[in-house]
Amino acid sequence: MLGRLTWSAIPLNNPIEMGAVGLMGIVVLIVLGFVARYNLWVYLWKEWITTIDHKKIGIMYILMALVMLLRGFADAIMMRTQLAFSHGASHGYLPPEHYDQIFSAHGVIMIFFVAMPFVIGFMNVAVPLQIGARDVAFPFLNSISFWLTFVGMALVNLSLAIGEFGQAGWLAYPPLSELKYSPGSGIDYWIWSLQISGIGTLLTGVNFFVTIIKMRAPGMTFMRMPVFVWTILCTSILIMAAFPVLTATIGMLTLDRYLDFHFFTNDGGGNQMMYVNLIWAWGHPEVYILILPVFGVFSEVVSTYSSKRLFAYTSMVWATVSITVLSFVVWLHHFFTMGSGADVNAFFGISTMIIAIPTGVKIFNWLFTMYGGRVRYEPAMLWTVGFMVTFTIGGMTGVMMAVPGIDFIVHNSLFLIAHFHNVIIGGVVFGCFAGLNYWFPKMFGFRLESKWGTRSFWLWLVGFYVAFVPLYALGFMGATRRMEHYDNPTWVPYMWVALFGALLIFAGIICSILQIVVSIRDRKQLMDVTGDVWGGRTLEWAIPSPPPFYNFATTPTVNDAEPLWDAKQRGTIERQARDHYEDIHMPKNTGAGFIIAIFAGVFGFAMIWYIWWLAILSVVGIILTLIIRTCNDDIDYYVPGEEVARIEKAHFLKVASLETEKQHAD
Amino acid sequence: MPTDAVAAHGGHDHHHDHAQEQMANKVFGFWLYLMTDCVLFATAFAGVAVNRHSYAGGPTGKDIFELNGVIIETACLLLSSVTYGFAMLAAHRHNKSQVMLWLGITFLFGLGFIGFEVKEFMHLVADGNGPERSAFLSSFFLLVATHGCHVTAGLLWMATLMFQMGVMKKPLNTVYLSRLTMLSLFWHFLDIVWICVFTVVYLMGVM
Repeated sequence: MLGRLTWSAIPLNNPIEMGAVGLMGIVVLIVLGFVARYNLWVYLWKEWITTIDHKKIGIMYILMALVMLLRGFADAIMMRTQLAFSHGASHGYLPPEHYDQIFSAHGVIMIFFVAMPFVIGFMNVAVPLQIGARDVAFPFLNSISFWLTFVGMALVNLSLAIGEFGQAGWLAYPPLSELKYSPGSGIDYWIWSLQISGIGTLLTGVNFFVTIIKMRAPGMTFMRMPVFVWTILCTSILIMAAFPVLTATIGMLTLDRYLDFHFFTNDGGGNQMMYVNLIWAWGHPEVYILILPVFGVFSEVVSTYSSKRLFAYTSMVWATVSITVLSFVVWLHHFFTMGSGADVNAFFGISTMIIAIPTGVKIFNWLFTMYGGRVRYEPAMLWTVGFMVTFTIGGMTGVMMAVPGIDFIVHNSLFLIAHFHNVIIGGVVFGCFAGLNYWFPKMFGFRLESKWGTRSFWLWLVGFYVAFVPLYALGFMGATRRMEHYDNPTWVPYMWVALFGALLIFAGIICSILQIVVSIRDRKQLMDVTGDVWGGRTLEWAIPSPPPFYNFATTPTVNDAEPLWDAKQRGTIERQARDHYEDIHMPKNTGAGFIIAIFAGVFGFAMIWYIWWLAILSVVGIILTLIIRTCNDDIDYYVPGEEVARIEKAHFLKVASLETEKQHAD
Repeated sequence: MPTDAVAAHGGHDHHHDHAQEQMANKVFGFWLYLMTDCVLFATAFAGVAVNRHSYAGGPTGKDIFELNGVIIETACLLLSSVTYGFAMLAAHRHNKSQVMLWLGITFLFGLGFIGFEVKEFMHLVADGNGPERSAFLSSFFLLVATHGCHVTAGLLWMATLMFQMGVMKKPLNTVYLSRLTMLSLFWHFLDIVWICVFTVVYLMGVM
């Protein structure tokens, strides 16, 4: 009846896991208690779960990313602590099979459920506003995408309480990930959480490509799109081209494990190197799926806080496009040691180094944007400057490893770990914090205060270097990744320094949390009345914060790459509501996306535990939900022009009254 | 053009344009999804190419492929593309009963295709040549079954549309025309993929 699911799947004998489960349980109970106490069930269902408003979906993505950052960081600090103690006679506090789950979960969570939802959250919040659209092209699909990602995240976390997580690293290389060597539920959790959330991401890629191609405001030609929109356009292309490969590859591994296929097994003619090639044919573009959007964020931030037009817009666009193309011809640098021969390795080595050129172009463009500008060092700008320094260093160690000869020495060592954390923390994480500080007022109507934000930045920055520079050294000294015990006493001091660095980052995370808490407390003083709190240049700052649900009362017309800045210069900005607005066509909320995702989650769980009847039932559930949804013609409505006029008038009145208040105070 | 869509929204001209534009976006988005599906198939084809000689002591393509059945199967699918084309012609003439007729014929051809494929699979498995026999057969089964699952999904979609228009009496308006167009894209796409499967897997397999 319940497949292979028994009571023994609950790790009652593991105090660390049970502690984590207990902690998660308590957090969930507190949240549910809060919802019950204030009777927010209906509000939650009507305003959030069934929403298809891109702004709210974006907020949910970002919230998920922040929560998962805590989970992923807990894994990180456990690993660093283990390695500080586990040398010589001592074996630390984590047994190998548990340590292996922790580094696998850390990688999966940080990439798929922190970095991805963070950048997709920004896409959702900013892209439709920046192009002057009412929503994304397919709002209902957007809701499905989010909930599928959510369900994938839920499965990873469920593995903590029921069963185990994979022990084969974040990419689950076979043959270790085959049934013969990993018979437990861990790899299956990995498979289904990635497969389900991956489909969500694929749909997001399609959605945003259509949105950007088809729904730009009149006058916004390609070369007038904000650079963030350009980067998301390229990211969407990468998602559409890369994620099907992930789906197919994981599908092959699934068939190997469930139906005795022989794609990657040791026997039956299986070929493990096919897996490694395929997974990186997805995996390398994935790296750029994460970094391109934050390049876009930095471009927006640099020009806004330097009060200056972005330097060399055209070259920025072409640099983005060339990175997009090049990202497909470098995947083999992840396994130079496979032994493809000198010619193949040389090709991929050189193509990898070439990517440094457009990236360098971007760095110089950002620097030249700052040059001669009036730079305001708000937290978003601090993260950006920290990124420019840190990412450049990470890029240089990357070019080092692009030399196949050097790669043979440092392959799978802690040098590699230091390199990719250098670009992912220094690039993606810093970019996400920059974006959070930058767009927070647009999302919530008040900005994040800067004192705790600044503290968070400095602790993260210093903490990053203290934690990862020792890893570069340890890599040269021969320390490998995924190692839970070592015998070399000379490594010990480096491991302790790295642990100290991780603690500094921990302090940085606390400051980030405090920044949010303090900002919520002081939201009155931090209120963004006009909707243009930073002196913005692009369209999202032309409307109130938070924007009305229909975004733009009238679709703007664009004459410039920086339409709002242009309008401010020419004084053509609207300062009062019009008398007449046209009716606005809006889609209705629907719970179908949530229901489909829940069925998908049940399907994943049933597959993991071999509960076949439940798996079949949930597939039928998904199909029926879709069919019922397509039978429903009542999916949209019109907001009457009078209602729009009322909302717009209220906004302009509020701005005017606060301005007079301010004048009185002065 | 469909007047009921306009009437439902009070006859405003820009409302009508809006619906048209939304449908155009949907067809474009669906075409993009097909391109991602193309990458999915390309990956499955890569598996076939890499494992084309990984017989692991088992049978080769020459030993197991029976082209006669496959040719009938192929003919079913190709003809179904033609009949779907007739359904679309009727749809653009707003002749719903003819659309239903051609969809029905297309459905039967598709069903025939799936029947032949299932028969072939059962035959192979009964002879001990299932996907667990070798990497070569694993790749074969993955590619052909992925295509088969797509065709099955297409049939399900077709049945749903016939149910909605036939039983639920939904009008042949912009919404349903765009749905028919998307299924048409899907159906012809599967036809193109099958031509590649036929060539690469079966013809090159028996050569």
